[in-house]
Amino acid sequence: MSATTVLDWGLGLAQGMLVLAMALAAWRMLRGPRAQDRILGLDTLYLNGMLAIVVHGMRTGSGLYFEAALILGMIGFTATVALAKFLMQGEVIQ
Amino acid sequence: MSGAELPLWAAWLVVALAVVGAAFALTGALGLIRLRTFYERVHAPTLGATLGMALILISSMLLLSLIEGRLVLRDALIGVFLTVSTPVTLLLLARAAAHRDRHEGTPGAPPEV
Repeated sequence: MSATTVLDWGLGLAQGMLVLAMALAAWRMLRGPRAQDRILGLDTLYLNGMLAIVVHGMRTGSGLYFEAALILGMIGFTATVALAKFLMQGEVIQ
Repeated sequence: MSGAELPLWAAWLVVALAVVGAAFALTGALGLIRLRTFYERVHAPTLGATLGMALILISSMLLLSLIEGRLVLRDALIGVFLTVSTPVTLLLLARAAAHRDRHEGTPGAPPEV
């Protein structure tokens, strides 16, 4: 087996597992039952999506996906904090 | 597809790190589905956010460093940022959930500190 084959199949497997994790998180986000469960599902969804982008960047060997993953991490953090503050106080900025 | 010039052991090491990291993330998402109460569930995704994230980023840094023939530590930036931000988000979320539960008088709500 050549190194290219190992990388292609192995990283493909890792990507498949991350996509499955995203599907499970999306199920929790859609199912609820309460608002905090949906926010937790969304948080897990974007985190696993970011990891899937990193693995995709490894598969293609291009550095372009790094910025996308970094920005997704930052936006997801902001979104979850804003939603949690909204649950706590009923408003995002007071 | 890159990595044609990589030695076989390096390819196996990169793949092993990435697959174990993805398995941690999958276990965390599975916990999100299987655990019963919100306060149990809030623990599960941290598995992917810490160990899974770290293993995948180490694997990515290793692959890029081997391909480019120099030390590439760019991906550590994501790791540092997530390590700082994950506890903050989950603490805020858990406190918001506890606040709501106490306000509504749900049985099993955590007591006021």
